[in-house]
Amino acid sequence: MLGLSVERLRADMNRLLAMLFHQFLQLQQLQDESSPNFVSEVVNIYFNESEKLLRNLRELLTEKEFSDYRKMGSHLNQLIGSSSSIGAHRIRTVCLAFRAASDLNNRTGCLRALEALECEYCYLKNKLHELFQIEQQRMLAAAVRYPQNNNP
Amino acid sequence: MGMAAAEAQFHVLAVDDSLIDRKLIERLLKTSSYQVTTVDSGSKALEFLGWHDNDMCTKQELISPKINQESSNLRNIPVVIMSSENVPSRINRCLEEGAEEFFLKPVRLADVNKLKPHMMKAKGKNVQKNEEHSPNSEEEEAEIEVEINLESPSQAQPQASQTNSNSKRKSVEEGRLSPDRTRPRYNANGLTVMSS
Repeated sequence: MLGLSVERLRADMNRLLAMLFHQFLQLQQLQDESSPNFVSEVVNIYFNESEKLLRNLRELLTEKEFSDYRKMGSHLNQLIGSSSSIGAHRIRTVCLAFRAASDLNNRTGCLRALEALECEYCYLKNKLHELFQIEQQRMLAAAVRYPQNNNP
Repeated sequence: MGMAAAEAQFHVLAVDDSLIDRKLIERLLKTSSYQVTTVDSGSKALEFLGWHDNDMCTKQELISPKINQESSNLRNIPVVIMSSENVPSRINRCLEEGAEEFFLKPVRLADVNKLKPHMMKAKGKNVQKNEEHSPNSEEEEAEIEVEINLESPSQAQPQASQTNSNSKRKSVEEGRLSPDRTRPRYNANGLTVMSS
């Protein structure tokens, strides 16, 4: 990310935010009366799993005698997979770079990628919380405008 | 034996070690009115299909007619594969080995809609087969499809070979980074396997 102009960075972020939002909308479409909390369930699972994976990755890399790149690759594959499913493309992109460094047994590269990943994850978590808040407000507004009517 | 709504009879077995993906695929499939079972590993998928460890290691067609019947039933299960990455060599290999389709994750409703033709085709085959084997049978087997996740490291890899030479489908090479891992393919009456 170093060396990119501010405009380019902002354009990238907007594009990737759009992808996140798009997938978020897809998830919402699957939510209905039979599964009213689907989106928040999925997103919470993602948060829990990702935080665990990030912790594992950090633990691995701070080991003095670290050499288990295969294990790291396995964690990364999980993160790549779940991030794709959630629409977290920035995270996915950083993971791919991370994995490339890992495949080359490049510990420094891995550490740098991990730091970027931790940043991206924080950013994503904030964005998703914002999306949820917006969604809640929208639902509240809709309920106020169209109150439930019990009369047939 | 009534003619229940077609969708209600279609059953999908989704195999994926990612909890998120299992939840997503389950919701997608249920929204499309399929019956869904999700498992987190290949070995559990095998268990579900009634294929037990000891069975896998023997030349069962000679030993147990029941298992042979099962294995020939399993032969028609359409298999669909999914992955969050587009690795053409791996995908093509799976398709060559008999997978019907590949879905790139995140899987969408449009992808799920593509399952029906495969299941209808398999169902057609099975109707024929059922008539051959048990013309008096009143049973209507649920149609099943299996979806498999290509990346799952926890998928158990039973080493048994497909013994029946009538099988069109050989073992699928599932390579994440290790192409030597194989996963047997199953076809069954209306069972579709979705595997990641």
